[in-house]
Amino acid sequence: MTVDDRFTRDFRETREDEPLGTRNEIITGPVSDWATDFSHLEPEWSADPYRIQDDLRTRCPIARTGRFGGGWLPVRYSDVAAIAYDTKNFSSRSIIMGNFRPPVEIAPIGGSPPISSDPPFHHDARKLLLPAFTKSAIARQEPATRAFCHTLLDAFDGQDVVDAARDYAQHIPMRVIADMLGFPPEDGPQFRQFVENTLEGINLPPEERIERMTGLFDYLLAQVHDHPDNPRHDLTSYLINAELYGRKLEPGHVTGTMALLLIAGIDTTWSAIGSSLWHLARTPADRERLVAEPDLVPTAMEEFLRAYAPVTMARLVKHDMHWRGVDMKADDWILLSFPAANRDPAQFSRADEVVIDREVNRHAAFGLGVHRCVGSHLARMELRVALAVWLQRIPDFSLADPAAVTWSAGQIRGPRSLPLRIG
Amino acid sequence: MKLQIDSERCQGHGRCYDLAPELFGDDDEGYGTVLGDGTVLPGKEQDARRAVANCPERAIALVEEG
Repeated sequence: MTVDDRFTRDFRETREDEPLGTRNEIITGPVSDWATDFSHLEPEWSADPYRIQDDLRTRCPIARTGRFGGGWLPVRYSDVAAIAYDTKNFSSRSIIMGNFRPPVEIAPIGGSPPISSDPPFHHDARKLLLPAFTKSAIARQEPATRAFCHTLLDAFDGQDVVDAARDYAQHIPMRVIADMLGFPPEDGPQFRQFVENTLEGINLPPEERIERMTGLFDYLLAQVHDHPDNPRHDLTSYLINAELYGRKLEPGHVTGTMALLLIAGIDTTWSAIGSSLWHLARTPADRERLVAEPDLVPTAMEEFLRAYAPVTMARLVKHDMHWRGVDMKADDWILLSFPAANRDPAQFSRADEVVIDREVNRHAAFGLGVHRCVGSHLARMELRVALAVWLQRIPDFSLADPAAVTWSAGQIRGPRSLPLRIG
Repeated sequence: MKLQIDSERCQGHGRCYDLAPELFGDDDEGYGTVLGDGTVLPGKEQDARRAVANCPERAIALVEEG
């Protein structure tokens, strides 16, 4: 068996008549006023976005920026929800706010379907993935995930201080998604590089950004080529063979979706596990209660997802319009902050507190509307197992050095270095 | 009392079948379904209300019968 000819020539070569998209000037440096000049890529934002968002909610509440070629930041739940539901006025053709806008012609498919797709194509591309990510399909990964968490903790033996982000949280989603895609587990370190390139290199010069993204797609293409030689039952094989509208998927659709599953499956849950452990390390009462009441973990986990939602999305405005008091222009960005929505006091009581037994918790950590995170059942399983195993094995832990905790930059937020004193 | 899911609104978050697996299930794509005809048996009212209150899409209704 050989790879079908969809993947033999380089389908990524740009034809001369193809539109290229637009680039704007890269603007970095301190923000003058968060209401008129916001940037999610500056260090103040990654250190503590909540203080900035809470302030904006009282005085704005839709902030704007001239950076990234222009964009808007709503911070109220009602505005974030309205945009998430409104696929007529807001497009997903790019979901990473930066200095490059892909050409309008890329819609409704986008570069990494279905997250980058708009209706009606979106529905059909998403439908292909849903059966692989149901709660019962994901439950099959749970025993291996639990065993892997134990293996990671076994390696802590004899150490007083460990890095819970680097040596625990990071590896769990990496291993699980590599298994699901059928990638070699030892390729993990490369995945970390791909994730950082995609989500954190936003303000790098364009040539460097393109070069880094090429590395990811070279890797994915190599995996596609390896599959017919070494057939196995995994998501890569599934995508190579999947059909839409009576024919096999376009090669760019296959690799775009693989990229999505790899990138979105790693950084997000790594962040959620890390933020939850960070909270417990600095809040002994919550930690002691969860150790004593392990049945409360699923409820507490929803609260960690609300209070420390790792994922912020982006949209592009489809056409000039007056929207809830502001004048939006076609191709303006929307930074769609689910974390800000989750801390809106108009939607949640005690919005700025972490209440681990919160009974009513309609948070939007996995998004709202048709783009609800397709991997939410996977993320919840990984987070629940990661926390349960950690608390069972390491009931006593604290921040070894609060100043040494570092957070990722950009649209996915979580600890990247989290030194904890254990035992 | 009877539970209903608005399938236009449901996006498959699965909070209902996580929180009240005796009242809700999921279909092959993960969208929520009510078990049986949706009737809430005595003693299960609180589970039903909890599921309604935690649906991020507000897709579940608890309707009084009769």
